[in-house]
Amino acid sequence: MTLTPVLSAHWDEPDSYKISGYQRHGGYTAFKKAFATGPDEVISIVKDSGLRGRGGAGFPTGLKWSFVPQGDDKPHYLVVNADESEPGACKDTPLMMANPHSLIEGIIIAAYAMRANHAFIYIRGEIPHVFRRVDNAIREAYAAGYLGKNIMGSGFDLEVVLHAGAGAYICGEETALLDSLEGRRGQPRLKPPFPAVVGLYASPSCVNNVETIANIPYLINNGVDWFRSFGTEKSPGFKLFAVSGHVNHPGIYEAPLGITMRELLEHAGGVRNGHSVKFWLPGGSSVPMLTPDLLDTPLTYEDIAAVGSMLGTGTPMIFDETTSVVRAVTGWISFYKHESCGKCTPCREGTWWLSDVLHRFEAGHGTEADLDKLIDICEQIAGRSFCALGDAAATPFPAALKYFRDEFIQATSTAANVSFDPVASTVFAGASL
Amino acid sequence: MSLSEKTREQAREIIARYPQARSALLPMLHLIQSEEGYVSADGIALCAEELGLTTAEVAAVATFYTMYHRKPAGEYHIGVCINPSCGILGGDAIWEKVSSRLGIGHDEVTPDGKISLERIECQAACTHAPVMTANWEFLDNMTPESAIDVVEKLASGREVISTRGPRIRTFKENELTLAGFVDGLVDDGVQADEQMLAGLKRAKELGQSAPGVKI
Repeated sequence: MTLTPVLSAHWDEPDSYKISGYQRHGGYTAFKKAFATGPDEVISIVKDSGLRGRGGAGFPTGLKWSFVPQGDDKPHYLVVNADESEPGACKDTPLMMANPHSLIEGIIIAAYAMRANHAFIYIRGEIPHVFRRVDNAIREAYAAGYLGKNIMGSGFDLEVVLHAGAGAYICGEETALLDSLEGRRGQPRLKPPFPAVVGLYASPSCVNNVETIANIPYLINNGVDWFRSFGTEKSPGFKLFAVSGHVNHPGIYEAPLGITMRELLEHAGGVRNGHSVKFWLPGGSSVPMLTPDLLDTPLTYEDIAAVGSMLGTGTPMIFDETTSVVRAVTGWISFYKHESCGKCTPCREGTWWLSDVLHRFEAGHGTEADLDKLIDICEQIAGRSFCALGDAAATPFPAALKYFRDEFIQATSTAANVSFDPVASTVFAGASL
Repeated sequence: MSLSEKTREQAREIIARYPQARSALLPMLHLIQSEEGYVSADGIALCAEELGLTTAEVAAVATFYTMYHRKPAGEYHIGVCINPSCGILGGDAIWEKVSSRLGIGHDEVTPDGKISLERIECQAACTHAPVMTANWEFLDNMTPESAIDVVEKLASGREVISTRGPRIRTFKENELTLAGFVDGLVDDGVQADEQMLAGLKRAKELGQSAPGVKI
């Protein structure tokens, strides 16, 4: 399947992040088209396009927008989730660095459709240079009259505020994000009520991922048929695939949904020379790992689900045979332990237990009984917490055990760094340390 | 150090951005760090006063987020990503080198206050692994050698330039940026680097493109 740069089509132009670069290729024409079309029709277009949320869950975007009640007297809020922090996910960050105006124009259209006069971009604090690029894009859009009061004489007002987070993976969860944006600890809320009804400041709100919103101007300008010419019936459109790990040319590869991992891997120069794929994750550490025999699976929501994983953020990580599965899983679980917000007991306590027991395996001191214990803990966490962080924490180990049980057995007597020389897994292996 | 009237004015500027005042708290805490180098008791008091909260309410928020320091950060706050993809691809080895070279561990500061060190989680730059940060600016595709070079330069006041961003400024200066005050550095660094352009370059080589989208 061919590569199809859309969002990334002009990133090689030095001013790609400026309004001049964006407008050279038709930027800021889509929102005028949307204004002429009408808000309900815009929602219909997004629904008909089949665009699904690019933040991980894959929820249909148009449907999400339609949940925001209309005709009420409450203010509505659009909140962009730019808190990209999922291990493996690195596609919104480059998008905002190189093409922030697609996000701003998408915000104008989305806010117009759901009748929101205030939009927030909640960006993680750890990427100051990306903050600068988005901040500058907002200022350029205001200066051009595309944001503010009575935009282009349309009668539509929109204020956009860029808001830096402060280091908390949990704030990528939409209700935790809303609490954080309200100036509180970022802890998830019990749902229902969903944000569409009771969101930011207890008003109807919609939280969308950066890449999702950045798709909107291209969709409006080119139409539903064009959009659906990419991908599959259930997974239409194109995707910024960020390919990382043990590959020769890691990077951003934009392609239709439905491209296979093998094809993407080939575009990325293949697994690093002299090595072979051991395991791979289609979209972040929160989705179950897969094995090389599944490399021909199309990267769509439905096909990846059918082989027991999830497309997630669509940012595949590839690991070769030098990698210790025990070490990788222990690392990811340590991450969830670190990032658990502490609100729900199963997640707060369970991630500590998982981490403790997995560290025993990493040191070569696990027992076979511990494997059952780990599965038991995962089952006690999954589905028993307010948000998906708990479910995510319960994901890496069962998949790893399913495919690599032998390696965990080996870790009952041999430390991971003895079974697998850590130096061999590094990108600078071969160079003197 | 007591906070200046200017800081209070800037805090009010932040508050004015939001429909509801309390939303300003996170950027205000970045502002406090831009003055104090950490979230000081005075800073907590200022936020509480301006937002009509108790100091306990502000402290409860400040202690939730890892970017807020409870003691002064170094002039250069160094992060080494140890999350599996970076850690396995070399981050763990880099951490060992940097930590032993500086003689400090996670969440510690060198005695001269120059460098603080943190084992960081995913920095959204896995395509650039192994990744480090200096005051959160990207230091991509690091090796143990380049990592030591960076910290030695920063420790001795020499210039270091982010691989995707500006010259590394001080921790306090970058915190002011995150509080939402323009620093004029938006044009520094590349618009996109090799990894960000990998797919576009490949598409051009193969003559592939999306229908109707010229590249």
